[in-house]
Amino acid sequence: MAKYNFKIPALNEYPVVPELEEDTMAHMETFRAKPEFQEALGFKGELGENWKEDCIEVIGELLGKYRSLQVYLDSCVKCGACTDKCHYYLGTKDPKNMPVARQDLMRKVYRRYFTFAGKYFPKLVGATDLTTEILDDWYNYYHQCSQCRRCSVFCPYGIDTAEISMAAREIMDRIGLGDKYSNEIISKVFKIGNNLGLPEPALADTLEGLEEDMQDDFGVDVKYPLDKKGADILLVTPSADFFAEPHVDGLIGYGKVFHEAGVSWTLSSKASEAANFGMFIGSYENMRKISLRIREAAIELGVKRIIFGECGHAWRVAYSFLNTLAGPFDFLDPDYPVPQHILEFTWDEIQKGTLNIDPSENDHMTLTYHDSCNVARATRMGDKPGGQFEIPRNVIKAVCNNFYDMAPETIRGTTFCCGGGGGLLTDDLMEVRVKGALPRMEALKNVIEEHGVTNMAAICAICKSQFTKVLPFYGMDMDMIVSVHQLVSNAIILTGQKTDDDDDD
Amino acid sequence: MPIEVDGKTFETDEEGYLANLNDWVPGVADVMSKEDDLELTDEHWDIINFLREYYEEYQIAPAVRVLTKAVGKRMGKDKGNSKYLYGLFPYGPGKQACRYAGLPKPTGCV
Repeated sequence: MAKYNFKIPALNEYPVVPELEEDTMAHMETFRAKPEFQEALGFKGELGENWKEDCIEVIGELLGKYRSLQVYLDSCVKCGACTDKCHYYLGTKDPKNMPVARQDLMRKVYRRYFTFAGKYFPKLVGATDLTTEILDDWYNYYHQCSQCRRCSVFCPYGIDTAEISMAAREIMDRIGLGDKYSNEIISKVFKIGNNLGLPEPALADTLEGLEEDMQDDFGVDVKYPLDKKGADILLVTPSADFFAEPHVDGLIGYGKVFHEAGVSWTLSSKASEAANFGMFIGSYENMRKISLRIREAAIELGVKRIIFGECGHAWRVAYSFLNTLAGPFDFLDPDYPVPQHILEFTWDEIQKGTLNIDPSENDHMTLTYHDSCNVARATRMGDKPGGQFEIPRNVIKAVCNNFYDMAPETIRGTTFCCGGGGGLLTDDLMEVRVKGALPRMEALKNVIEEHGVTNMAAICAICKSQFTKVLPFYGMDMDMIVSVHQLVSNAIILTGQKTDDDDDD
Repeated sequence: MPIEVDGKTFETDEEGYLANLNDWVPGVADVMSKEDDLELTDEHWDIINFLREYYEEYQIAPAVRVLTKAVGKRMGKDKGNSKYLYGLFPYGPGKQACRYAGLPKPTGCV
């Protein structure tokens, strides 16, 4: 990894709140989106001469549109409860990565142009003019927030830094300063149907390959159908599930579960992506446009149910916003949740006893589970509070004999982000990704040492890719990270599956 | 940053991928790998050639599983896995090998 020129933080036994080191991450500027990608999303191509006026105008518009934004900007009392809760601050020591300081980057501009005191007595209230330096800070530090919302759990006023960071990105996009990673990806979704840019023939070829593998390995006709009209279930999953490891092992697992449950299902080449980066850039219009593909695909294919695969922020968009973005879904079967998470489906089947499971197939592993931030803090699963924490663990424990949780303050509602969420999963932000992973790596190392944990399971495509990349920086194997449905897949005995004895015949 | 191959200049994007994919000549892979202190062997070239063939047909890099399966078929089952591919391309077969082969960078949650 000679290419990366930064110091990897040391892992401590207990989380250490670091001493401040100013501007350690001031150099971290992610690539800017080219005008063609800006324009494809309906944004200004690049910063114009009047960017300051544009910027203040958009802030004003958002304040009118999102009451929450103004409440968050007004209500902070600088109590400091959030300061040491951000993984990026803990890993980088940069004070501007403290949630309150990140909020203040916008708050001081808001005060200057939108409050009485800030207009007339700016110095008294920490209000400052909008300058190029401030815009640079916005660009750099609002792209060092993964919108994981851990800080908001500890804020006595419930200020949600993620919403401020989303608003900041929307403002920057609108005035012509977007980031390459998110905006190029969204334009691919519009053009080709998914984040990867995976065209239908390649998707069909990949799925056929999986069906061949199922035949070769188990002698069972497990299908991975694409665009099958009249199927009961539409599965919407991140395109990384088709492309990357360990994601694809999870996709194989979904197919096995559906096969054994005896339901008819299909993927869609139109909605071949669960992810919705419109949320990361705070753009309601783009989020809506991306969501509408799912509605259109569901109607065209005539399905009765929609199920989402393992993707963290997609589940937030699906669970919390899909109905208002792309609803009503009155054409779907009202007996099932709209939408449903694949883990809810699998857990139901496990409870019903339709799956033949042998947990000893996973005995070579000792598992822990990483709660993905968007699932943990912005959604629910099942019909009980906390289902988003219990159901994944229930499924893992049903298919694995060895499971240990990480330290309580690092999981569930107070889970630490993987370090790559919120649209930061790009190589040019590797330094912030590696440093931001520190708290999770510390917690993981502790369960490795205490309980002999060998693998960590996750239910988010970003988490899986991020850990694959950053684990080696901390001296751990990239393949430690597994999909939850990969574990399910390992443990399922398919009906009519050939045994090792059959092979010998 | 443009790269020089046999006296000819090739434009690349911020991340070092060829700006114009049709420009690719084998020398591009040689120059890029030299910058990474990597010596390309026949085994590397097998992967690069496969990536280019697949791209020509499907307009995208192959999924990791598609790639490992093809490698396993061509070069023996013991080589049909990502460990082998990471051994050849330490920055990741998807990204590093694609760059050498003149393919666009796979984007998204990968």
